[in-house]
Amino acid sequence: MTIEIHDLSKQFGSFTALNDINLKVNPGELLALLGPSGSGKTTLLRVIAGLETADSGQVLFNEEDSTDKHIRDRHVGFVFQHYALFRNMTIFENVAFGLRVRPRKQRPNAPEINHRVTELLQLVQLDWLADRYPHQLSGGQRQRIALARALAVEPSVLLLDEPFGALDAKVRKELRAWLRKLHDDMHITSVFVTHDQEEALEVADRIVVMNRGRIEQIGTPDEVYEKPANPFVYEFLGHVNLFHGRVHQGHAWIGDLEVDAPEYSEAEDLSAIAYVRPHDIEVDRTLNGEPALAAHIVHILAIGPVVRLELAGKDNQSTNSIYAEISKERFRELQLARGDQVFIKPRKLDLFPNHAQNGSIH
Amino acid sequence: MTAVPLLQTSPAPHKVVTQESPWARWTLILLALSFLSLFLLLPLVAVFFEALRKGWEVYLAAITEPDALAAIRLTLIAAAIAVPLNLIFGIAAAWAIAKFEFRGKSILTSLIDLPFSVSPVVAGLIYVLIFGLQGWIGPWLREHDLSIIFAVPGIVLATIFVTVPFIARELIPLMQAQGSEEEEAAIILGASGWQTLWYVTLPNIKWGLLYGTILCNARAMGEFGAVSVVSGHIRGLTNTLSLHVEILYNEYNFVAAFAVASLLALLALITLVLKTLVEAKVAQQTSRGNHS
Repeated sequence: MTIEIHDLSKQFGSFTALNDINLKVNPGELLALLGPSGSGKTTLLRVIAGLETADSGQVLFNEEDSTDKHIRDRHVGFVFQHYALFRNMTIFENVAFGLRVRPRKQRPNAPEINHRVTELLQLVQLDWLADRYPHQLSGGQRQRIALARALAVEPSVLLLDEPFGALDAKVRKELRAWLRKLHDDMHITSVFVTHDQEEALEVADRIVVMNRGRIEQIGTPDEVYEKPANPFVYEFLGHVNLFHGRVHQGHAWIGDLEVDAPEYSEAEDLSAIAYVRPHDIEVDRTLNGEPALAAHIVHILAIGPVVRLELAGKDNQSTNSIYAEISKERFRELQLARGDQVFIKPRKLDLFPNHAQNGSIH
Repeated sequence: MTAVPLLQTSPAPHKVVTQESPWARWTLILLALSFLSLFLLLPLVAVFFEALRKGWEVYLAAITEPDALAAIRLTLIAAAIAVPLNLIFGIAAAWAIAKFEFRGKSILTSLIDLPFSVSPVVAGLIYVLIFGLQGWIGPWLREHDLSIIFAVPGIVLATIFVTVPFIARELIPLMQAQGSEEEEAAIILGASGWQTLWYVTLPNIKWGLLYGTILCNARAMGEFGAVSVVSGHIRGLTNTLSLHVEILYNEYNFVAAFAVASLLALLALITLVLKTLVEAKVAQQTSRGNHS
């Protein structure tokens, strides 16, 4: 099932939840809608499901306009953040619900329902809980039942609204891997909403980064992480260092550091910001001929294979502390200690000319 | 499961900051108990004492004489019409208020509370003003030979008016606490509106609904003020139980008055017991499944 979204907009009073959204979800793909709260990701999911109606725009399922199609006829499976299991029904009845409410002609008979529900409960590995009530289950178990319930009606699309948002960190990690595996087995077109960038990067085939009702970037986890389209995506995905500098005729300056910036050969003395990931910062004790920035070590966190250094720059190229990540071997080799003077240079750096520090990203 | 205390601390008396001294505690308890006995328990006992003062036979005669039976019948009829109507209205209103956003929602909420804030006598008078002989549609009613005031329909109307808030008031907070995600889930799974109401919404509110119905019924049967205005006090025709008590009392027929009153007191006691039993279930239903 392909989902296409054309020029979708939605207002809540004076708040713009969705601003001219265009998106295509490919068949069998697991797509993540990622963004901070208030970015419109949940609204978009609910519009796709039919739980909300957009002010303008279209939602197409397999090139068929379903903007005015009733929820019941959309054949979507929906998983809620807080599970929304029917509290007055047993687990078995919860999963069977979608089959039992079908019109008499399409309704499977009791043994068929029995078979199907048992099958689904085995799929989510909770068949031993069939006779319990939702309140007797843990959060992780409830969410797996919610998934089984959504799958019972054989939906053509599976929509998940922050499915692991209410769970604790350990269970969340387990369920993440489990969902990925389940999707690989079933290949059902799925869209899930999350504000957790790690979750999106780990689980999704493609990520849609949203902010203030707009799509900032669409791409594979690798693309959005390695080639963020703009400062917002950069700051939202992973740790990043921010530097202020200038761009002029194909060159960029950050303090004393000069970097080639051929893509900005036309630029005439523009102010710019530059982003560098902590693991893209090279740390050395001496200036070996190449340009570098002087800094001193404020704090060292040496747990695990990666050593994390907190550095303070000499000038004001960076408003905050600079974070660098180096390997343990490199750390031992340099024999670094707190207060030491070092020289840093970015291995890879992304420039965005003419951007104010934070805010007005567009 | 066996409950084994994990930490058996030494028997050092640990004092809780919110704990009052025994002296203060007992004074408060005693104060509350004596107040309750004086103002609630004593009258209740007095009702049954007075009713049975001249023995069982007189008591039974008082509550089985034709006028008393007519009053019982009318009270039951009024409740039998008012309670189901309020049940339907209460569910509909609570559903609308708790699950939807619409213009005029706060007005509807205030309107539901109106019978609580208006004196029942005023409520009765409003019906007299509308349906009475000199009222707005009184002449039209008389032409068509319909009587509402000083007749059974007026009593039913007045009863409905005073009991409107009970069920809706009970359901609104319960439904608001439960949210509408379960309904959304049901509809996405293909359930129709009626199936959603029947299989999801109603089972989730059944104890709250029962609780509201019990209170609504108690009020419907015990209402005096509003009914008194529209009734006309025609013995055997438009007298409800509480009106019958008043008439008997005014006729200095104390034993009969207390005998009939004891029926109402009995109803109150049954209501109290049911209410206590259901209350626990309501609390359970509210807390269960709330993102715990």
